[in-house]
Amino acid sequence: MRNPRTGWLLLSPTLIILLLFGFAPFLYVLFVGFNQWNVFSADDGLVFNGLDNFRRLVFDDDFLHSVGLTARFAIFAIGSEVVLGFVLAQMLTRNFPGKSLFRIIHTLPLMVAPIAVGAIWRLLVIPGFGPVPFFLDRWFDLKYQIGSYPDQALWTSVIMDVWHWTPFVTLTMLAGLSAIPKEPVEQARVDGANRFQVFWYVTLPFLRPVLLTTVFIRIMDAIRTVDEVWMLAGGGPGTRFTGIYIWRVVFPRTDYGYGSSISLITLYLTIVLCWLLFIAISGRRKGEVE
Amino acid sequence: MTISFRQRAWRLFVTYGFWIFTTIVTLLPIWWMFVVSMRSRVELFGRPNLSLSRFFVENYTNVLTDSTFQRYMTNSVVVSTSNALLVMVLALLATYALSRYKLTGRDNIFFWLITNRMAPPAAFLLPLYIMFTRTFRLGDWTLYDTQIGLILLYCVFNLPFAIWLLKGVIDGIPIELDDAAMIDGAGLWGVLRHVIVPLAAPGLAVTGILSWVFAWNEYLFAANLTSVQARTITTGLAEFVTVTGTNWGELAAMSMLTLIPSAIIVILAQRYIVMGLTFGAVKE
Repeated sequence: MRNPRTGWLLLSPTLIILLLFGFAPFLYVLFVGFNQWNVFSADDGLVFNGLDNFRRLVFDDDFLHSVGLTARFAIFAIGSEVVLGFVLAQMLTRNFPGKSLFRIIHTLPLMVAPIAVGAIWRLLVIPGFGPVPFFLDRWFDLKYQIGSYPDQALWTSVIMDVWHWTPFVTLTMLAGLSAIPKEPVEQARVDGANRFQVFWYVTLPFLRPVLLTTVFIRIMDAIRTVDEVWMLAGGGPGTRFTGIYIWRVVFPRTDYGYGSSISLITLYLTIVLCWLLFIAISGRRKGEVE
Repeated sequence: MTISFRQRAWRLFVTYGFWIFTTIVTLLPIWWMFVVSMRSRVELFGRPNLSLSRFFVENYTNVLTDSTFQRYMTNSVVVSTSNALLVMVLALLATYALSRYKLTGRDNIFFWLITNRMAPPAAFLLPLYIMFTRTFRLGDWTLYDTQIGLILLYCVFNLPFAIWLLKGVIDGIPIELDDAAMIDGAGLWGVLRHVIVPLAAPGLAVTGILSWVFAWNEYLFAANLTSVQARTITTGLAEFVTVTGTNWGELAAMSMLTLIPSAIIVILAQRYIVMGLTFGAVKE
């Protein structure tokens, strides 16, 4: 009754679009990644140089630094988003007057364009203009200037990301929490489990797939963040994440070959990381079926 | 179980305290943007003042009467709406195929679809630029600077997300319902129309909304693959920063105007967003 050919036919428009606009550019990047190609160099053609680009990036301090920064950014931002998102979702499972109004307000940042998020936060933090440096200086005598202090720039981007993306985590967690059946929780209560035990042994296992999926999506998007951080700090110190580093190599320096090889490595690392999470998610599902 | 009045009052107090605090934190940056959008260039500098001193709407009228802004806005509406509709249809078909048919390498295809969203955009812009300006052409017509180009390109990051979201939803619909409909004589379209679409409606709605928002908000591709005709609103936003030494008031006004359509959609569709975002991970 279910002919695989029909299945492929249904899948084909998606596959064609993704092959054309996703996979073909990937092949091109893969090809360029093994070449030296800088439009403004003396020899502006493509020169095959094997693995030279990859040898170069292993010793490229700027690149390694950018990977470290991206990792710190992703870990701190996603970590806080998951904790905050869970707490907020938990607060939203109760009923109280005005709940949906609070929820709608909380969802708003998710809808702001990344480029506008960057602009908003830049308005908040530029010296001599934004309220944040002004009040920090006045109340806490703290010198806050993201252009000069890399750590402050990193933390500002983390806080900005948390502001922007926590609502997404809250919504997925809320969906996950409301799909948990009531009986096991009540049963555990009757059996004398305390709040923490109920959370740890009942809620969390039920929530695990949603949690992992959310983390997966956030990791994927956090690693390729460019526009909002660029708008915030203009690629200043402390915010040179991998995405932005690639941007700087490819555009101002027009070093396409090297830029492509960095992209490939970044893409590879993202895929490996996500593959592990994917196995964790789908492995769990298979376990449920058996 | 009875809870005393005192306990209940305390609980309400904590709940509202928590939510009022959250609301302030959430709204403060947006409020500041609103305040900035209501000020003239001169008023902006000096001591930062978080209160709204007066309604100065010139920034808004300047932006709204600008024909460039109007064109960007139209483009954004057309591109994100068509993209969202296209993504909903294609994702529904693809997910149905992945969920119901025994296709070879099904899990690998599914994962490959998602990897399309992971590509760091900067390096991929170059091949896309070449494709848009040279590869796809009919006479003088190229994909560069066209709405259709952006509509198709946005599928690259929206389709994987949509398929993933719908996968759980459609997997959660018992296959027996399909079979029953088929026995009653429904064909593939009948099953899709009368069984899958009604049952997956919240999931489909959420897919559409989020695709719309992602497309509406996209910046890097739009900035580099369009020049005049098909520019979108986010590109316009960034232009304010680079061209004339940043007119913050107008930039803020424009950001507010960009936020309004997505905010309206989200407010209208609140209910579906929570119902549809389960990623189908929790099943009975």
